[in-house]
Amino acid sequence: MRTSWQPDVSLETLRLRAQWLKQIREFFDSRQVLEVETPVLSPASVPDPNIESLQTRVNQQRQYLQTSPELYMKRLLAAGSGPIYQISRVFRDGEIGRLHNPEFTLVEWYQPGYSQRQLIDEVTELVIGLCGLHHALTPVQLISYSELFQDHAGINPLRQDWAELDRYCQAKQLQCPVDNDDWSVAMDWLLALVIQPAMQGLVFVVDYPAAQASLARLDPDNPAIARRFELFINGVEMANGFEELTDAAQQRQRFMQENRDRKSMGMQEIALDEKFLAALEAGFPETSGVALGLDRLLMWKTGSEKVQEVMSFGYTD
Amino acid sequence: MSSYSTNEFKSGLKFMLDGDPYNIVENEFVKPGKGQAFNRVKIKNLKNGRVVEKTFKSGEKVEAADVMDTEMQYLYNDGEYWHFMDQSTYEQVQADSTAVGDQNQWLKEQDICNVLLWNGVPIGIEPPNFVTLAVTETDPGLKGDTAQGGVKPATLETGAVVRVPLFIEIGDILKVDTRSGEYVSRAKE
Repeated sequence: MRTSWQPDVSLETLRLRAQWLKQIREFFDSRQVLEVETPVLSPASVPDPNIESLQTRVNQQRQYLQTSPELYMKRLLAAGSGPIYQISRVFRDGEIGRLHNPEFTLVEWYQPGYSQRQLIDEVTELVIGLCGLHHALTPVQLISYSELFQDHAGINPLRQDWAELDRYCQAKQLQCPVDNDDWSVAMDWLLALVIQPAMQGLVFVVDYPAAQASLARLDPDNPAIARRFELFINGVEMANGFEELTDAAQQRQRFMQENRDRKSMGMQEIALDEKFLAALEAGFPETSGVALGLDRLLMWKTGSEKVQEVMSFGYTD
Repeated sequence: MSSYSTNEFKSGLKFMLDGDPYNIVENEFVKPGKGQAFNRVKIKNLKNGRVVEKTFKSGEKVEAADVMDTEMQYLYNDGEYWHFMDQSTYEQVQADSTAVGDQNQWLKEQDICNVLLWNGVPIGIEPPNFVTLAVTETDPGLKGDTAQGGVKPATLETGAVVRVPLFIEIGDILKVDTRSGEYVSRAKE
């Protein structure tokens, strides 16, 4: 048998990708956002149990490949960089599928002084520009996480009503693969496998539950929800953004809780990024930040079936 | 018994679910960026052929199914069971009507079949893709009508009924595609 050496991407898509990289740089340059590069290797990482870092060793010392450039970029922000962006290769273990590749490209940027809403507008500008859409002809929906669940399933995701979920699943003949112990995971299932496939067009989902705040700050008027947003295009998750949590003590608590969750699930704990926490403590500007999956957006633009089709070479096992 | 984690899921993997062996037809990895990962699979019940969809929380484990495809020679039917023999070990197994199903209409003694064994017991039979069988019953042939497109039913020695050209006669040996149940040609035998 002959060994197949050819790339996974068409030349046409390869050229579009190059064009987009140029356009992204022009977009941020015109807005005085500084391009930065931060390390892929770090002795620390995010402890989120749903994100698994790849590990390697440098001189026998454990190093994590970054799952996003967030922690390093925030240290630049704390040092007074002002607005910054990065086109960054990131790595996540175990994520292989039609929409997942263990290494992929994020366009991540931070705007000090921006509210979540201002950043959503900027994400829209960039996406519309890259995809060559018409502003006036492109409806962009903004909906809260709660409304999204109410509209699609009649479920209130902020109220842990297992009986309501059971009734819904029975009526729709769905089998929820989550035991009655983790509501947040059940909501992940409902969103990813039931609601997302039914979503159409460009949709920003805002006001995530506090349990899924990640590195976003909680709404000062309603601590049950977080200032976190996501962009979905035809149900595919494209971007995740935060009004950033600036409270170092709260951030440390969240990291420690995530490590406790890891431990209870029999997972390895992750070394906390003390330098990042120290940067938050030193004083971090009010900032909104977002990460946009470049490969998935290209996938949508080119009508590709698999994310590997927009990469020169997809992951090979 | 060995087990598989969802990150080993791929088409063709066979595992146990609710006491039955299943084969993965399709596996899809679904994961929110900051949420729980899932594997949505289409799986085929190897005992009854039914395909169902199921979602697993990634990281869950399933028990491997001791299922093997084995080439065996069909020996005979004793009225209740169909007997097959592994030609390298001479070991014999008997398959019941649930395992044989509709495939009995293609089983000719001495043909080599694929026998799906679960814990050593046949649960499925696949006849060869092409079999040659004699016609035992059909309407009289129309001599000279070899080019026309007309067809008629013919019953074969195993009981299968296939649509054949009008010139086919009782006693003719036919080559038949068992996957589609279609006549291919007359066979010289």
